[in-house]
Amino acid sequence: MSVFLQFLFSGLTIGAVYAMVGLGFNIIYNATSIINLAQGEFVVIGGLLMWLFSESMKLPFLISALLAILFTGLIGLLMERLTIRPVKKKDLLLMIMITIAVSIVLRGLLMFKFGKDPYTYNPFTEGDPINIYGAYIQQQTLWVIGITSLCIILMYLFFNKTMLGKAMKACAVDPTAARITGINVERMVMISFVMSAMMGAVAGIAVTPITLMEYDRGPMLAVKGFCAAIMGGLGRGRGSVIGGFIIGILESLTAGYIHSGAKDAVALIIMLIILFFRPAGIFGSKTIIDLRRF
Amino acid sequence: MHFSSLIIVVLSFLLITTSGLQAKEPYKIGAILSITGAASFLGEPEKNTLIMLKDQINKAGGINGTPVEVVIEDSKSDETQAVLAAKKLIEKDKVIAIIGPSTTGESMAVIPIVTAAQLPLISCAAGAGITQPVSERYWIFKSPQYDTSAVEAIYTYLKKNGMTKVGIITISTGFGDSGRKALIEMTGKYGITIVADERYGPKDSDMTTQLTKIKNAGAQAVINWSVGPGQVIVTKNWHSLKMGIPLLQSHGWGSKKNIELAGKAAEGVIAPLSRLVVWDKLSEKHPQKSLLKRYSSDYEARFKSEPGTFGGHAYDAFMMITEAIKKVGPDKQKVRDYIENNIKNWPGTGGIFNMSPSDHCGLDKDAFEMVVVKNGDWEILK
Repeated sequence: MSVFLQFLFSGLTIGAVYAMVGLGFNIIYNATSIINLAQGEFVVIGGLLMWLFSESMKLPFLISALLAILFTGLIGLLMERLTIRPVKKKDLLLMIMITIAVSIVLRGLLMFKFGKDPYTYNPFTEGDPINIYGAYIQQQTLWVIGITSLCIILMYLFFNKTMLGKAMKACAVDPTAARITGINVERMVMISFVMSAMMGAVAGIAVTPITLMEYDRGPMLAVKGFCAAIMGGLGRGRGSVIGGFIIGILESLTAGYIHSGAKDAVALIIMLIILFFRPAGIFGSKTIIDLRRF
Repeated sequence: MHFSSLIIVVLSFLLITTSGLQAKEPYKIGAILSITGAASFLGEPEKNTLIMLKDQINKAGGINGTPVEVVIEDSKSDETQAVLAAKKLIEKDKVIAIIGPSTTGESMAVIPIVTAAQLPLISCAAGAGITQPVSERYWIFKSPQYDTSAVEAIYTYLKKNGMTKVGIITISTGFGDSGRKALIEMTGKYGITIVADERYGPKDSDMTTQLTKIKNAGAQAVINWSVGPGQVIVTKNWHSLKMGIPLLQSHGWGSKKNIELAGKAAEGVIAPLSRLVVWDKLSEKHPQKSLLKRYSSDYEARFKSEPGTFGGHAYDAFMMITEAIKKVGPDKQKVRDYIENNIKNWPGTGGIFNMSPSDHCGLDKDAFEMVVVKNGDWEILK
C-alpha cells in the first residue's frame, strides 16, 4: 500500500509541474487560437528571475516573486509587440512558427545571462517531507497543487465572469465579429500574452525548488504541458490540470510497475488512445473545436 | 578618397606585411569541442582551458620560440558537425594534432577520418570504445578515465564495507548508458549483485518512484549515474525518502555546484572523484598537487568558475601534445610515438598517466579518490 501511495505521490509531483505549465497555454489559446510554443521559456524565465531576485540580490520572498512575475509579463508584452503584432498576414500556422523562433531566441538570451548551470532556491516552507501511511510527499508539491488550484479558479472567474475575459474569448472565436461589436482585438491579444507570460512565471517560481531550473528546460516543459493541455481539452483550465496529473501519474505508475525506461512511451501512448476516442480532449467539446480556426 | 584614409590604408598595409615577416609560422593544434548544444557543459570549460593554456605558453615564449595556435571548432554536440570540423582541421588548417571531441559519440565519428589522415588525436570523452581495440586505434588516445575505472573504485569501496547488493539508477543519455553498461559488466569481477536497474530522462523532475523500487528490492546501496540536474534531484529524493542506505554517485558528481543545489540533502553522498576536485585536500607531497593547484587557481581567476574535471581533460591533452612537440618537433608520427611511449608516470589533472602500446588512456581506478560530502564540503575517505 505504501509503495502504491509513494508512486502516486511521485506522480502527483510530476503531474503538478505539467498541469501548471499546461494552464499557461490556455490563456493565449483562448484569446487568439495561437499555440504559444515559447510558453516553456516563460516558465524558465520565471524560475530563473526568482532565483536572481531572491538568492542573488537577496530581496524578500514576496517582492522577488512579484518582480519575477512582472518582468516575465513585460517579456510577454515585448514578444507580442515585436513579433506577433507586426505580422501582416495573420496566418495561425505562421504565428505558431514565430513562437518557436521566439523560444529559440529566448533560450539563447537565457544561456547568455545565466549560463548552462541549473539553479534552485529553498522551498516555500522548510521542513521534512510529509509522511502519509509510510509514503513521503514533498511540501513544495502541496504548494504547487494549491497554487494551481488557485490559478484555475482565477482563470475561470476571469474568462466567464468579467467583461474583459469574455471579450478575449470572443476574439479567438471570430476576430472580425468581435471587432464589429466594438472589442479592441489587438489589445485583447496583447493582454493575453502578458497574462500567459505571468502564468508561466508563477509556474516557474513554484516548480523550481522541485525540478531545478536551467536555460534549456523550456522545450521539455512546453511539450509535456502541451500534452497535458490537449489531453484535458485545449482552452479548458481544469482540463489541462486533470491532463497534467493523469500524465504524471501514468508516468510514475509505469516506472513503478513496468519499467522506468518505458515511462514516457507508455504515458504518450495512453494519451494518444484517449485522443483517438475523444479528439477534443477529456473536457473539450468537438463542436467548439470545429468552430475554431485551429 | 580623403588623404587621412589613404594614410590609414598605407599604414595598415605596412603593418600587415611587416608583422608577417617578423612572426614565425605557429604550431597549429586543432580542437573539436561541443561548445554549444546538449554537451555544452563539457565544451565550455574545455574551450576556456585551451585558450588559457595557449596564452600562457605563448607568453612564456611558445614552444622552443615558436608560438602555438589552437584552432577551435564548435561541433554543436553533433556527430556530423564534428566530422566536418575534423575534415577542415586536417585539410585546411593542416594541424599537427587534434584535441577532442568532447563526447564519445562524436569521437567515434571522427576516428576513421583521423586514422586515414594519420595524425594523433586525444579525445576528451570517456567511452572505452574510443581507445579499444588498441590495434585499430593507432592514432587515437584519450585523457579522461574509463567509466569502468570509476565503477571499479565504487565496487572496491562497497566490498570493503561489506555491501554486495546494489540498486542502480541511470540517466537515459550516452553518459548514463555507458555507465550502466560498465556497472553491469564489472559485477562479476567484484561479486556484486544488481537487484534493481532503473532509468530516468535528462529533464525528469522526480525520481522517487525509482528509488522506492530500489529500496523494496533489498538494495544495500544506491548508485546513481548521471550528469546535470538529475543527480541533484536524485540526491534530494534519496534524502526526503529517508532510505537508510548510502547513495553513491558517478565521477560526474564532482562540482561544488551540486552540493550547493542539493543543500543538506547532499550530506553523506559518496562518489569516486578526480583529484582535481579535491586538490586542496591532498597532501603537499602528492605528485599531482602543484599542477592541480596552479590550473585550478588560474582558471578560477580568469573565468570566475570552477574548471571541473572536464576542463582538466583538455588540459591533459594539450600538455601531452605540447610536451611532445617540444621534445620531438612538429612531426605527426613522432608526436604520436612520443605520447605512446614517453608519457609514463606523468602527473596530469585526471591522474598519473602511464601510456603504452596496449593502453592509450593510461589511467586506472587509482585515478579516483572516494570522496564523501561532509558539512557542505568534500572529504577524502581513507
